[in-house]
Amino acid sequence: MKLELQGLVARHAAAHAGAGDALAGLSFQVQAGETVAVIGPSGAGKTTLLEVLACARAPTAGAVRLDGADPWALPRRALQALRGRLILVPQVPPLPPRQRVVTAVLAGRLPAWSLGRSLRSLFYPVDIPAADDALEVFDLADKLFQRVDRLSGGERQRVGLARALVAPARLWLVDEPLSALDPARAESAVSALVREATARGATLVATLHQVDAALAHFPRILGLREGRLLFDLPAAEVTRAHLSRLYAQHEDELHGAAPAADMPAPAPAVAMQCR
Amino acid sequence: MPLSPATRHDPAWPGRVGWMLLGTVLLWPLLRATEFRPWALFDAESLRVTGRFLAAFVPPAHSPEFLWLVARETWRTVAIATAGISLGLLLAVPLALVSARPLSVSALTGRMAPLPKALRQAARALLVVLRSVPELVWALAFVRVVGLGPAAGVLAIALTYGGMLGKVYAEILESGEPQVTQTLLRNGATRLQAFAYGLLPQNAAELTSYTVYRWECAIRSSVVLGFVGAGGLGQQMDSSLKMFAGGEVLTMLAVFVALVALADRFSAALRKSLG
Repeated sequence: MKLELQGLVARHAAAHAGAGDALAGLSFQVQAGETVAVIGPSGAGKTTLLEVLACARAPTAGAVRLDGADPWALPRRALQALRGRLILVPQVPPLPPRQRVVTAVLAGRLPAWSLGRSLRSLFYPVDIPAADDALEVFDLADKLFQRVDRLSGGERQRVGLARALVAPARLWLVDEPLSALDPARAESAVSALVREATARGATLVATLHQVDAALAHFPRILGLREGRLLFDLPAAEVTRAHLSRLYAQHEDELHGAAPAADMPAPAPAVAMQCR
Repeated sequence: MPLSPATRHDPAWPGRVGWMLLGTVLLWPLLRATEFRPWALFDAESLRVTGRFLAAFVPPAHSPEFLWLVARETWRTVAIATAGISLGLLLAVPLALVSARPLSVSALTGRMAPLPKALRQAARALLVVLRSVPELVWALAFVRVVGLGPAAGVLAIALTYGGMLGKVYAEILESGEPQVTQTLLRNGATRLQAFAYGLLPQNAAELTSYTVYRWECAIRSSVVLGFVGAGGLGQQMDSSLKMFAGGEVLTMLAVFVALVALADRFSAALRKSLG
C-alpha cells in the first residue's frame, strides 16, 4: 500500500486541551512494498504517526492518503474495509487473558472472514496451519494451544507480530516490536518481520527504539523528533551526527537499553459486582 | 519544610462532615415516611403473635403425597425460571450489543456518529421500559391474555429480566479495558467479530455469574408470580398459607433454600472454569 503524508498535524491520544501537537507538519511518501523504520526519542510522536497511518486517529490538519485515497473522505463502511487491509500491531498487544494463542493469532484473519466462519473458528480453529506457520517464524510454535495469560511479556509481543503474518493486510504498522524481547530474540524477530513483509509485498512501517537494529535491517530510516521529520535517509547514509542530533538530551535512549515497555498490570481477578 | 500546624489538617475533612450531615438530614424524613419503628417488633404483644405464627410452621409437612406434589411444583418453578430467563436472553443480548459503547465503530475516532447514537439511546430506553414495569404487573396482564398457568409467569419473567440482563450486560461489557476490542475494530473486524474475539472472552466469567444470579432471582420471582396464578411452588404456597398449613410452607421454604444454594454452587463452579 502506498502512503502519502502532506503537512500532517495530529494530536496525541491522551492530549489535554492546550497540549502541543504530537505531529507538527509531517510530509513524506512510502512506496508500496517499502520497509521503513521510524526512530526517535520518547515522545517524538512515533505511536501517533502509526495511529494516523492506521486510520485510527484523524489528523487535525494536513492530509494522509493511502493508495491515493483520503480515508477520512470515505463512508464509514468503506473506511472499515480499508482498515481490514492494514494491521496496526500495538507495542503491547492487548489480548483477552483466557484466549488461546491459536485464537489470538487467527484474530488477525477476521477482516477476511465472514461472521459464520469467525464463530466456527471459536469451536474449532479453521486455519491451524496458518497460525502454526506464523508462530514458527517467531519461535513460538510450541505455544499454539496455550492460554495467553500463561505467556511472558515477550511471548505476547511475538503473538502480536504473528497476528500480522496471518492478516490479509497490505500495510503493516508495527509499534516498538522489540520492546519486551531480549537482544537475541529481538534480532531474529526484526529480521523475520522485514523478511516476511518483503516476501508478501506488504508495506512495513515500524517504530523502533533500537537504532542498531533499525540501521541493520531497514533500508530507509525516518528520524522523528518533537513531531517533526529530522531526516529521511537510506540507512547507509545515517551518520553519528544525525543520530546525536536526533537524540540530543536523550542520549541514554541512544546508547542504553530501550526503556522498558509499559506492560499493562495483570488483569484483576473477576470481581462480582453487586447489582 | 514541615507544614505549619494550621495546614496539617486534612483539607477534605469539612466536606466529608458536611456530606454526612446532609445525608442524615435527608434520611430522616424518609424514615418518618416509611413509619420505621423497629422497636415495635419487640414489644410483648408482637412477640406473642410472631411466636404463634412461627410455631405453626413445625413440624414441616412430609407426607409422601405432599412431597411428590412439592417435587412436581419445584420442577415447574425451575422450568418457569429457566424458560423465562432464556426468552429474556433473546431480548437482552441483541439490545446489549446495540447499546455497548466499545462495539461502536464510529466511536473509535472520538465521537459516536448521530445515527448509531440514536439507535443506542433507543435500545437503552427500551431496556428501561422493560425492566421498570414489575414482573408482577406483566404477569397480571398476561394472566388475562393467556389464562392462569405457567405461560404467564414465563412471559412476565422474560420481559422484566430481559430488561435487567440487557442493561447489566451492556454495563459489564463497558466496564472492562476497551483496548482488546479497539485493536480488533481498528484492524477491520466487524462489531460481532470484535465481540466474539475480544469483548466476550474478556467478560465471560462475569457475564455468566450474573446470568446465574439472575436465574436464582427468577426462581424467587416465580414464587411471587405464583401468588397471582402463574403456577409453580408459589401458587402452592399461596394456598397453603390461606389454609394456615404452616408445615407445608416450611417444607417449601426449605426447597427454596436448597435451590438457591444449588444456584450458588453452580455459579461458583462456572466462574472457576471460566475465570
